[in-house]
Amino acid sequence: MIYREAGQFKTSYAADQAVFPIVQDRVVVGAFLALAFLVPPMLASEYWLQAVLIPFLVYAMATVGLNLLTGYAGQVSLGTGGFMAVGAYAAFKLTTAYPGLSILLVFVLAGVIAAAVGIVFGLPSLRIKGFYLAVATLASQFFLIWLFNKVGWFVNYAPSGTITAPPRTVLGFMVTGPEATASARYVVALGLVVVFGVIAKNLVRGRVGRSWMAIRDRDIAAEIIGVRPLRTKLLAFAISSFYCGIAGSMLVFLFLGSAETLAFDINQSFLVLFMVIIGGLGSILGSFLGAAFITLMPIFLTNAPHVIGLSLPVALLKQIELMVFGGLILFFLIVEPHGLARLWQIAKEKLRLWPFPH
Amino acid sequence: MKARILTIALLALALTLAPWAGVALAQDKTMFIPLLVYRTGAYAPSGIPSANGFNDYFNLLNDRDGGINGVKLVFEECEFQYDTKQGVECFERLKSKHGGALLVNPFSTGVTYQLIPKAPVDKIVIHSAGYGMTASADGRWFPWVFNFPMTYWSQASAFVKYVGQQEGGMDKLKGKKIVHIYHNSPYGKEANPTLEELARRLGFELTLLAVDHPGQEQKATWLQVRRLNPDWIYISGWGVMNQVAVKEAAAHGMKMDHVIGNWWTGTEADVVPAGDAAKGYKSMTFHAPGAAFKVHEEIVKHVYDKGKGAAKREAVGEVLYNRTVITAMLNTEAMRTAMGKFGNKPLTGEQVRWGMENLNLTDQRLEQLGFKGLARPLRVTCENHEGNGVAAVQQWDGKQWKIVSDWIEPMRDVVRPKLEAAAVEEAKKLGYTMRDCSKEK
Amino acid sequence: MDLLYGVLVGPVRDMLSAPTFLAEVLIGGVAAGLMYSLVALGFVLIFKASGVFNFSQGVMVLFSALTLVGLMERGVPVVLALGLTIAVMVALAFAIERVVLRPLVNQEHIILFMATIGLNFFLEGLGEMVWGANVKKLDVGIPDESFKMAGILINKLEMTAAATAAILVAVLAVFFQRTKIGRALRAVADDHEAALSIGIPLRTIWVVVWSVAGIVAIAAGIMWGAKSGVQFSLSLIALKALPVLILGGFTSVPGAIVGGLIIGTGEKIGEVYWGPLVGGAIENWFAYVLALAFLLVRPQGLFGERIIERV
Repeated sequence: MIYREAGQFKTSYAADQAVFPIVQDRVVVGAFLALAFLVPPMLASEYWLQAVLIPFLVYAMATVGLNLLTGYAGQVSLGTGGFMAVGAYAAFKLTTAYPGLSILLVFVLAGVIAAAVGIVFGLPSLRIKGFYLAVATLASQFFLIWLFNKVGWFVNYAPSGTITAPPRTVLGFMVTGPEATASARYVVALGLVVVFGVIAKNLVRGRVGRSWMAIRDRDIAAEIIGVRPLRTKLLAFAISSFYCGIAGSMLVFLFLGSAETLAFDINQSFLVLFMVIIGGLGSILGSFLGAAFITLMPIFLTNAPHVIGLSLPVALLKQIELMVFGGLILFFLIVEPHGLARLWQIAKEKLRLWPFPH
Repeated sequence: MKARILTIALLALALTLAPWAGVALAQDKTMFIPLLVYRTGAYAPSGIPSANGFNDYFNLLNDRDGGINGVKLVFEECEFQYDTKQGVECFERLKSKHGGALLVNPFSTGVTYQLIPKAPVDKIVIHSAGYGMTASADGRWFPWVFNFPMTYWSQASAFVKYVGQQEGGMDKLKGKKIVHIYHNSPYGKEANPTLEELARRLGFELTLLAVDHPGQEQKATWLQVRRLNPDWIYISGWGVMNQVAVKEAAAHGMKMDHVIGNWWTGTEADVVPAGDAAKGYKSMTFHAPGAAFKVHEEIVKHVYDKGKGAAKREAVGEVLYNRTVITAMLNTEAMRTAMGKFGNKPLTGEQVRWGMENLNLTDQRLEQLGFKGLARPLRVTCENHEGNGVAAVQQWDGKQWKIVSDWIEPMRDVVRPKLEAAAVEEAKKLGYTMRDCSKEK
Repeated sequence: MDLLYGVLVGPVRDMLSAPTFLAEVLIGGVAAGLMYSLVALGFVLIFKASGVFNFSQGVMVLFSALTLVGLMERGVPVVLALGLTIAVMVALAFAIERVVLRPLVNQEHIILFMATIGLNFFLEGLGEMVWGANVKKLDVGIPDESFKMAGILINKLEMTAAATAAILVAVLAVFFQRTKIGRALRAVADDHEAALSIGIPLRTIWVVVWSVAGIVAIAAGIMWGAKSGVQFSLSLIALKALPVLILGGFTSVPGAIVGGLIIGTGEKIGEVYWGPLVGGAIENWFAYVLALAFLLVRPQGLFGERIIERV
């Protein structure tokens, strides 16, 4: 009853093809976005912004990227960390070489460079499939990390071997560097995520997305009906790496402030893959839900005992946290193997009929 | 179906409960030091004794002396598994608790780099004792960061000096072969520029061999070492790389007393798997090992006998345990120094910073504190946040570590100019300006 | 020109000019490769029999080693400790079948993969909580000395590991080809539902497979634990075993050995002779690139089942 969509008639094709055809959806999403832009910068503590919301946004971007590749195009990739590193180091080199460029443009250019690298490392996908491809993408992961460790040019020959985000402004507000407030960085990150999230949503609803899904489901049949596997797969790798590259530069410039290659190692790749799978393969909303689950759950588990008043030694707490985390993943998979996005869909369907059971 | 509804309900509940996490408790007449620890994960073998040292010394002060000049110390651990992101999250969560953190020992080079820009903004002192950003030893550029008693570059020069001494003089180094096996990360590479510079000046043949993280398989590296047949081997490792390196060195027939690890590659955990084969292995250090010092007696009496000991009784006196007991002592002595100027009351971050910068630890004071023979006297100045620490070489005899050399002065004339150049570069990235130390007396 | 010479000719001349050293590198590579195979075997077993890529195999190696060492530290004699550890791994197999596999029967492979990831975290936390996070020395009586034979240094521990791997592979190959249970396992790997329909008890099979994988994990844990001490990083060995897996094929037991030999020797030769040209530490990605190169020729690995694609 809350969610009845009966009575909403569309009078133009454009209205029918809208991303959110139901008025309730539009209102909720609009309100949510407005709240997201206004409330946290004004009310949230620095801890919440710095340690919870900004990493969530960074990982949401990376998860959307990987979901495009793995969920929509069906190419399992474990090279996410490497592509994030490409984006981060490219952004660093660009902004130190051309300090006058707007940092937002630098992010986009870094994404483009990451896309180019993604195309190169996506070439094996034309021959290798399934889990074999996943393990083959690990080659790109390890190679890229080695490259950034080895070649001093990428860190501008800094003796410390780390890249540091130099201070940059957008519209007069400091958004990177030590002076930037968490609120400013949050707003920039949120803006980027919203813009690129909308682009991703429209990509997957259009021809490109459909060709990806065709390759994912029945690649030989897709080839027969005219979907070109070379272009489609490489495009998937390119766009996915674009998103991961932007996520990587966001990680360094908006979240951490400085990073060494250890921040982009194999654990990152696995982490983003978990977010994709838990959130739901082949769902943009699922990417956000999965990223939220995996970034917020450990923080929730760390803080929960304090809230209840339980005081355990930190090591035991961390181990229990790991066990609970693993247990929760198993629980969610058993309850809903298709991820949190499917749970959300079921919730919406229930809301349509509420208070009636069926 | 029911399970799904239940799950949705639970998720909603979790989302509403989450904001109430992390409630800060205010305390008065105390000073708060957050402890970033790693008691779990891949680096736990090193993290556990380190965390215990801090715990025990702070507990000792609180119990025996009622804190520092009557002001009790509050400390809280936060587990970050040596992961930089979790470390930053820990720091952000703890920094405003208990009245505000004054000083932090990040115990991870990665986290140190993250916290260095935040230190002047949050007004929290960073003490990266023997690790961290070497360039921050130039206090004119980095007033809030301290790395005393010594940095990696000075340590590398002390290593070369020791080798020279063993060979019968620095001039005898010409033509000798030295291999540096290092962890392929910024930490591992720290010593390389200094070693290369010294190789140029003194004429020894230097070979650099990198070991990729995590370093569980080092066969290829040690085959190359065997082919080179070097006179001396220096190891900058961390985590499992250390244990495997010691084992492989023994397995490949190296003379263990010519294999020297840096001060993070010479702990009890590193020699345990190799067993007897590790006898004779040496490492650098900047303090003495063992539990035969007065402060250990005090700790046992006031902390362990009262059941508040953090470690297992046999672990008191381990290398990393001693290291953090000394670091805790340096922190609290700095606070005491600050109290000498600002009064016996809870200090602010600025005041603690002043205390760290004007720390002057004499032999007498060390004896009073029970650290005679364990730690060395130290003088920190505004320009030199590295202090005038000295290094020594310790050797594993199968049961414990023992110092087998004199205290070695690092080659400050070689290290300091490079350090100052690096400091200028790093500070420029952060947009700092140099302060004039003479104006601040 | 110089570059080509440096890459193609130089290292080869290097190799040929010191043949005893080359032999040492090869032997070292073989030994390392066989140690990787030990871990890869666990993956292969479970994938072969249940189609699940067991992400938690590395943690199972760690968990079994921790249990063994933990029991030995408490004074249990070696043989009894080994028996108890086997019992623990069998119990774990029962638990996994009941909690993870049964509710997720017939789901897509990627879902099962994710479930093993959850298992990975769970076992990690459990192992550390029960046995502690310190480095532990593993001493099951295998000597770790080296001796020289014809001028080549040979390590006893590695030879023992190589022998163990070879024996395990032989036993497992016979098990899969000749015994009734082996046939049943292959049937289940092919198609769960078809196997059920002809009366193969799925649950029993899965428990058997995961127990055998657990025992292989114990063997791997002992060898690697003796080499580097039993600690958390043992679970990272799984990453080194993955190239072996993809080169040999996910479903082939002899493939694990052959893959291990190729990866082990390739890695070492690459690192020793070509590594210095680019600054060293190329082992990690070189193994993957090597596996990738083979995959481009045979996309299912050297001995893997041919993936028959239908429209």
